[in-house]
Amino acid sequence: MSSDVRTIVLAGVGGQGTILVSRVLTTALIDAGYDVKMSEIHGMAQRGGSVSTTVRYGKKVDAPLVGKGEADILVAFEQMEAVRHSSILKKDGIIVVNDYKIMPLPVASGAAEYPDNYIEALSKAFRVIAFNAGEAAMALGNARVMNIIMLGAMVEAFEMEQFDWDSALAKQVPPKFLDINRRAFEAGRALAGRKV
Amino acid sequence: MSQFLSGNEAAARGLYEAGVRVGSAYPGTPSTEIFENLYPYESIYHEWAPNEKVAAEVAYGASIAGVRAVTAMKHVGLNVAADPVFTAAYNGVGRGFVIISADDPSMHSSQNEQDNRHYARAAKLPMFEPSDSQDCLAMIREAYDVSERFDIPVLFRLTTRVSHSRSIVEEGEPLVLEPLAYKRDTKKYIASPANAMVHRAQLEEKMKDLAAYAETCPFNTIDERGHKVGVISSGGAMMIAREVFPEDTSFLKLGFTHPLPMKLIRKFAESVETLYVVEELDPYLEEQIRAAGIDCIGKAIVPSMYELNPALLREALTGRKPETAEVEASAVPRPPVLCPGCPHRGFFYTLSKRKNTIIAGDIGCYTLGGSPPLSALDSVVCMGGGFSVAMGMAKAFEQIGEDKTIFGVLGDSTFFHSGITGVVEILYNKGNVIPVVLDNSITSMTGQQDNPGTGYTLMGEIAEAVSIESVFRAVGYKKIFTVDPQDLKAMRQTIEDAVACREPRAIIVKRPCVLIKRIKRERARCAVDRDKCRSCKRCLSVGCPAVFFKDGRSTIDPNLCVGCTVCLQVCPFDAIFKEEQL
Ligand SMILES: Cc1ncc(C[n+]2csc(CCOP(=O)(O)OP(=O)(O)O)c2C)c(N)n1
Repeated sequence: MSSDVRTIVLAGVGGQGTILVSRVLTTALIDAGYDVKMSEIHGMAQRGGSVSTTVRYGKKVDAPLVGKGEADILVAFEQMEAVRHSSILKKDGIIVVNDYKIMPLPVASGAAEYPDNYIEALSKAFRVIAFNAGEAAMALGNARVMNIIMLGAMVEAFEMEQFDWDSALAKQVPPKFLDINRRAFEAGRALAGRKV
Repeated sequence: MSQFLSGNEAAARGLYEAGVRVGSAYPGTPSTEIFENLYPYESIYHEWAPNEKVAAEVAYGASIAGVRAVTAMKHVGLNVAADPVFTAAYNGVGRGFVIISADDPSMHSSQNEQDNRHYARAAKLPMFEPSDSQDCLAMIREAYDVSERFDIPVLFRLTTRVSHSRSIVEEGEPLVLEPLAYKRDTKKYIASPANAMVHRAQLEEKMKDLAAYAETCPFNTIDERGHKVGVISSGGAMMIAREVFPEDTSFLKLGFTHPLPMKLIRKFAESVETLYVVEELDPYLEEQIRAAGIDCIGKAIVPSMYELNPALLREALTGRKPETAEVEASAVPRPPVLCPGCPHRGFFYTLSKRKNTIIAGDIGCYTLGGSPPLSALDSVVCMGGGFSVAMGMAKAFEQIGEDKTIFGVLGDSTFFHSGITGVVEILYNKGNVIPVVLDNSITSMTGQQDNPGTGYTLMGEIAEAVSIESVFRAVGYKKIFTVDPQDLKAMRQTIEDAVACREPRAIIVKRPCVLIKRIKRERARCAVDRDKCRSCKRCLSVGCPAVFFKDGRSTIDPNLCVGCTVCLQVCPFDAIFKEEQL
């Protein structure tokens, strides 16, 4: 049984850029000398389904996935995905959530409603850090860096600043986009810092 | 060098290091990325075959001719490939032959949850079960040695979590093998009854030798840490067991699981007070261990359905539910949907409005045409089943005097996979069925692989594009209707023309998938004139993720819309318009 192992779950909707975040994250962890395992379910990602990635690190990691009540932090790129995956968190787990809605088809077609109280309901059960990462990305001039803003926020919320994030970003992001991603990362840290 | 690889990537690396020269596969989640990651290795000829049976035969042929060869497929693919595989076990190999089969516990992207370890017993094949990426690499190399040493194909069984999880892998150096000089060997390779009688007995001998190998196989290892509790496990379940059982638990990790090392198992069982067998899916190990008279705790507590995880195993052992905090809200399902601009949409929308119509579907993106709001399918069984299941329904309705219009529907990759035999069946046995091929010029569901109709090979060469229309004509169909599904009027007309046609006829619904990267598209999108919208919701019935209702009116998400105009065409009030030249 590996007790020093920490578990991060990234959840979102296909196309939101969770894959790049998991790449940067695992690069930083491996460079720091940790054993790392990562598992993703991406079968239907391109069809707008829900996607999730589990990243686990420690001295020695056995299982690449966890079940209910086992993750330390949930980074949700969309509100409803935060709710869908919340049961994976431990009792005192942390949720970093993008305050953003993507309508699933049953909502878009009028067969169901998208509830308004998600952030509130999550906050009653867990420590929640919520902000609109999409707007913050727009303010930086590129909507696509929303994902790296989420990464920065996670680093702040989970107190992971000791890792070499800058080098991990440089290894995983094309040079052309490195500067804006660096700024996105810092913006994410600042956003979460204000909420912690 | 150490790398952070998925199980599939590590298996690809292992194939390279093992000196494999020929690979043939058919895509299927979670196995697809094995072959997609062979591109850096010029020493390996690799291809997508039309289906898994062909793939297994091609790879086996290469083995007979004297090079190491591989085939790979998802679990249900092995059902298709079973025929050559069972006989290859009898005949034996030239150079090593490995069959990679990836199971999908919890059916993340599959139609069933079969446990393919049973194939090893049924076909009498040696089997490896890696637990992580390092295993994938190292065991592939060993699998080729076993295949050649015992003159038999080897089954290499993966699962979704092993295939799609990343862990740190130490890469090695590739083997360079001299080609074998080919010599005709009719007694070995001609599967005639007389030869099979001999092979049958030889196979039993090989199984005995393999059972002896299993006892000393470097991948069957005991980790002794205590004498109270012992755990036997294999594959992905092994890592979960390690995670969950306490520090002083001893483990027998089985990496080679057919035939089983019964002496090693017995010795291990005798060294502990309580023995657990932890398996995902069926009690494959447990039943054999029990049959050998060894008592153990297995499926009495460990679930035999769905993917295993640490929380489930902990609950099985302790009886305590995992602890989490309850959130007083629930998520609406987010089912996968046809993409904005998907060519399948126009076809299914049109048929969804047609009365007295039966549609036998198939497996591909178009399976999503069966979900609401389109809800335009009656059945989906297996790849290639669309035409033949439609045929059976047509004959049944004829027998009982029901008058219905019956369509069999499948995609281009599925047509080449095993749809063509259904084309022949319908004509030969005079079926009143209209076969429809949804030709989006790619194998899309599994991530845009090329197929015999696309004009490219897996290695990126230009290929002859096999014409679907020519196949229908060659079989003897008299009228082939080809239509662009994005033109709803033409789509409707074509269906009615085909229904009215008294000759053998077929429909090819043709437009490329919007995700094909090499095709350049016009940049366009549609928008709603909110003053003209009367909230009739007709546009919502096309099931497009870009179209939704906001403040009582229809709205189109400009970031998702690609301007296909299907919603525009169904709007009765001209409230949707197209913006061009963005
Ligand atoms: C026997 C078998 N092999 C492979 C698969 C995996 N698989 C599911 S759908 C599909 C591709 C379908 O392609 P196509 O018919 O062209 O339809 P599209 O998805 O492009 O609409 C494949 C390979 C399967 N389900 N069964």
